[in-house]
This record gives sequence, C-alpha cells and structure tokens, in this order.
Amino acid sequence: MAKVERTQALSDEALRHFLSEMLLIRRFEEKVEERFRAGDLPGFLHVAIGQEAVAVGVCQAMVEGDVFASTHRAHGHTLARGTSANAVMAELYGKKEGCSHGYGGSMHLYDVERGNFGANAVIGGGLPAVTGAGLAFKLRDEPRVAVAFFGDGATNIGTFHESLNLAQLWKTKTVFVCENNRWAESTPGWQHSPVWDDMSKRALAYDMRSVKVDGQDVEAVYEAAQDALEHARSGEGPVFLDVETYRMHGHYIGDPQVYRTREDRQEAADHDPITRLRERLGLSDEDFDGFDRQAHATVDAALEFAQNGTDPAPEDALANVYA
Amino acid sequence: MPELTYREAVRDALAAAMREDDRVFVMGEDIAEMGGSMGVTQGLLEEFGPERVRNTPISEMAIVGAGIGAAMAGMRPVVEIMYEDFLTLSLEQIVNQAAKHRYMSGGQVTVPLTIRTQGGAGWSPGAQHAQQLEAWLVHIPGLKVVFPSTPEDVRGLLWSAIHDPNPIVFFEHRLLYPVKGEVPERLEPIPLGKARVLREGTDVTVIAIGPLVHRTLEAAQRAEEEEGISVEVIDPRTLQPLDEETLVASVKKTNRAVVAHEAVTRMGFGAEVAAVLQYQAFDYLDAPIERVGAKFAPLAFAPVMEQFVVPNAGDVLTAIRRTVGR
Repeated sequence: MAKVERTQALSDEALRHFLSEMLLIRRFEEKVEERFRAGDLPGFLHVAIGQEAVAVGVCQAMVEGDVFASTHRAHGHTLARGTSANAVMAELYGKKEGCSHGYGGSMHLYDVERGNFGANAVIGGGLPAVTGAGLAFKLRDEPRVAVAFFGDGATNIGTFHESLNLAQLWKTKTVFVCENNRWAESTPGWQHSPVWDDMSKRALAYDMRSVKVDGQDVEAVYEAAQDALEHARSGEGPVFLDVETYRMHGHYIGDPQVYRTREDRQEAADHDPITRLRERLGLSDEDFDGFDRQAHATVDAALEFAQNGTDPAPEDALANVYA
Repeated sequence: MPELTYREAVRDALAAAMREDDRVFVMGEDIAEMGGSMGVTQGLLEEFGPERVRNTPISEMAIVGAGIGAAMAGMRPVVEIMYEDFLTLSLEQIVNQAAKHRYMSGGQVTVPLTIRTQGGAGWSPGAQHAQQLEAWLVHIPGLKVVFPSTPEDVRGLLWSAIHDPNPIVFFEHRLLYPVKGEVPERLEPIPLGKARVLREGTDVTVIAIGPLVHRTLEAAQRAEEEEGISVEVIDPRTLQPLDEETLVASVKKTNRAVVAHEAVTRMGFGAEVAAVLQYQAFDYLDAPIERVGAKFAPLAFAPVMEQFVVPNAGDVLTAIRRTVGR
C-alpha cells in the first residue's frame, strides 16, 4: 500500500472553502430530508450525511476535463463538483431547470459540462464506463482522469471486479473511490465481505495501487485524491482509494434503521467530518455561524428556485430517447 | 459488382470506418491475433495495431461498459460479444446504462456505441451457443437493433451503425458468414430503419429476418414454381426503428402475411410485426397472420432434435400454403 506524503499543509483559506462546501451539502441534504418527509418530493432519496469530506476532498482535487460517475447517494458529489444547488434541487423536484431536466431525479444527477457522467442507481453500474472513459483519455493521450464513486457494497458485484481488472490491465486513467461506510443498505460489512475492514485487499488482488484514507478528514482525502489523480493522469495506472467513512443517517430517507444499534449510530455521530474540520480550523461559534448562514441561504434560495421551477409537459417523456 | 462473403463484408465496414476515423476502435474476446472466433476481425490487428484492436479478458460487462464510457468520452467503439448467449452477461450494461444515459441526462449525453454479436443454430452447438435473442433488445427504448441478412446489407448497415449517435446492438448470424453476395464497388451506407424488398409478389408477404430471409427466398421460389403462388419477401433489416410503412404497404397489396425468424416464436420479433400489421392493415387481411419460428424448447445437441426445433424453408412454405389456402 502506498503512503501519501504530506508535502505541504493546505492553507486555512482552502480549508475554509472546503468547510463552506461541506456545509452546503449538509444543509442541502437536511433540507431534502425535511421536504421529503413533508411529502413535497417525489421518488425516494438517499442522503450521504457524514460523508461530505469524501465528496469535497475528491471533487476539489479534480480539475476541469476530469469526469466522474456517482451513485444513488449523489447529491454531495454533484454539488462538490460545481453544479449549482438550484439545478440539483430543481432536479429533485422534477423540474426542467434541474441538472437532468427532470428525466433523472436524485439517483440520476448528470452535468456533463462539469464532467458528471451520471449518478447510477445500479450498484457498481458506473464502474465499467469510468474504466472506458479512462481508456479513451489514455488512447488520446489527454491529461484527464475518470473517477468512480461507489460504496463498500459495490465491491461484491461483478462490474467492480471486471472494471478493476480491465483498468489495471490496460492502465486506464481511472481512480476508484470506495466510500466504505460499512453498510450495504441494512447489511453490515462483516456480513457482506470477508475483507470488509480492509477493502484495499480487493485492489491488491488486481495489483492496483491502493491508498487507505480517513474519510472524515477532508484534508487527508484531498491530498490522497490529488496524489491518485496525478498518478492516473500521468498514465502510470489507476488507483484505488480505500476511504473509510461514516453514514450518519439511514440508507434512505425514512429508514428506521432497526438493524443498527444505538452505539453504532453514536459512533457515526462522533465522527462528524464537519465538526472535525471546524475544530481543525479553531473556528469560533460566530465564525462557524457565518459559514452556516451562508449555506442555509443558498439552500433556501435553491428550494425557492426549485419550487417555482417549470414542470415538463407530460409528452416531454417521449423526447431524448434517441439522439 | 464485386462479391464478398458476409464475413468479409463485416470486416470491410470495420476497416473502412477505422481508416476514416481515429475514434473508431474495436475490442472483444480473441479478436486480435486470432481474428475473432468467427474470423471476422482477421487482419485488423496488422493494419491498425493493438491500441485499436484490443483483446479483452472474458468480461462481458466490462467490454460493453468500457465501450459505453469510451463512447461518452468521445470515441466510437465497436465491441464484440462473441456469442449472443453471452450478451446476457452484459445486459445490465446494455439495458440500464447504454440505453438510459441519454434519457436520464435529459439529452446531455450521447452513447455512440456499436455492440456486434452473433448466434444461430444449425451446427449442433447445444443450448448455450446458438440462441436468437434479438427480440429482448427490441423491447428496450433507447437501443437500436439491426439484423442484416446479406453481405451488401451487413456492410452498409454496420457503417451506418458505427456512425449513428445511439447505442446499437448489431446481430450477425453464424451460418451467414460464408454466404457470398454482390456488393457495390464502393461501400454505400444503408440508412437504419429502411426495409428491403428482396422479391416482389402479389399473393402473400413474408417478412423475414436473418437466416430466414434466405430460407424464405427458397420457399418463395418453390411456391412460385410448384404452385404458382406469388410471394413478396421483405427483410426489415433494422428491427428498431422498424420500417412499418413498407411492411404495411406490402400487406395492403397482398392481403396475406407470414412473419419468420429463427428465434422462438413465442414473444418473438414476429409477434410485434403481426401486431403492427393487424392494427394498420386489419381491413386488408384475408387470413390470419402466420408465424414461423423455433419451437418452444432450448436448442438440443443431437442434430435431429436441433433440426426439428429450428425453422427451415419447408416450414416457411407450409405457412405460405396455409395462409393462401384460407
């Protein structure tokens, strides 16, 4: 396993920016939970509360031209890569102004202009495409990288293994980000994987460079991601980021989590990445509230934007089937 | 006009597309040094090199999925799934991913991917190397489905498929690879969604695909010679989009229809064609639409059993007689 050398600490200014991004995701998802429980939002939704440092750390390390595929828990990745809260919220409301124009919903957020090749509701479904995009970048000798986000549950599905094998075999410009929150819906890691406490073993089986990262430490995630992206970008081969993180809420909004002990939930709450960054920065209540007010204001504006968005015409359902 | 085999015609289209456009590359199992299990890609490695003619691991999900991602990233991949039975392994990627990206993104994404595969009975491969599964794919909005039956068509349609912005499942048939046919001197693209009338007639229309086109032409010849029945034979060539206009116009003229394919009759492509015809030409039909397809069983190994299940020219002739006799 490779060790990430900390060459230089991130500036406080950069970390403050990360905090504002993480807070935006947190407040956005809390608002989504609230509106869903109020019966205001169609479909079903999954929040990644507790995993904001992974989204922000990785997405901030990506550069223009890089692409990524996300999962059913996609709000954070999408916001962190620069899609506006307005466009994401409008999508959750099924509006034309949404980032997928109402065709996708929470589990299918796209924003091709910002490299978002789509959030996938099939576990592991996006991994082969990210491998293929990384192959395209390699074939054209472009300094671009394709990034796949997925959870520990995805490490058991065929696409995961076929993708890691092919990516390493062909040294595609790909980074695999395993967000190991130790839950596959309601099934704990120890029930679904023999290597649940060390997912990097999966990558080692394919001779892939693997880096273990504390997913609650945004600084560590950022630095590991930067190193991984550089490695892939230079054509040296793909990298597996084994990111250990915590899912503070249920699998879906409304999940009573009967399968989870009080202690387990408390442990997750104790590892809040926002609290950790706040402490790292030594922010006063006043300073923190300033960031928080900004996040709330952006989310409130997004909600208003979405609620006042344009409904698609029913027959729009027949468009975009073919190019 | 020069003559090519169906196999050479596929190769010719692939090579022409690769010469013309650097974005086109091919990948699949055993397609490089070996030239493909059917010999279709022989010589491509020598001309285009290993970067563009890529042997893959036995990984159907990754073959199709990597093709999807490369297509989304601006390439024009042509992937080969060795047997359409193995297409079942990649269906998640084809059905949930390739067919859906454009739609789910609200039109932001295109997936210009061609998935070539082949199948077909008649050589005793048993139940896992000869199925005809084209109907499964026609059922999926977002996919185009092509199944050419002649060298000229397979060359012109593959060219169009590679240049189409949509994901395409391109079916070839094992027994057709050695079939020879005249082709235009220069490769002429054939538009997707246009049927071909292979034989004009007045008494009955047979709509056939794949190898049944050839078996139908044989049956039509016999019907004409032995019984004076004039048979019109149409190959839709593209199953999705379907050239309904040509099929319906023909049936309005002949007032009788037979649909024929090698796939199992039940829920086969012919069922959809029959539904289209009865709805759009109901008042013109003088007899129920006859269906010719495989009997409802997996393909057996023993040649006598295989031949019993798979439709032949005699089965088409029987269907023609039945509909004309009513």
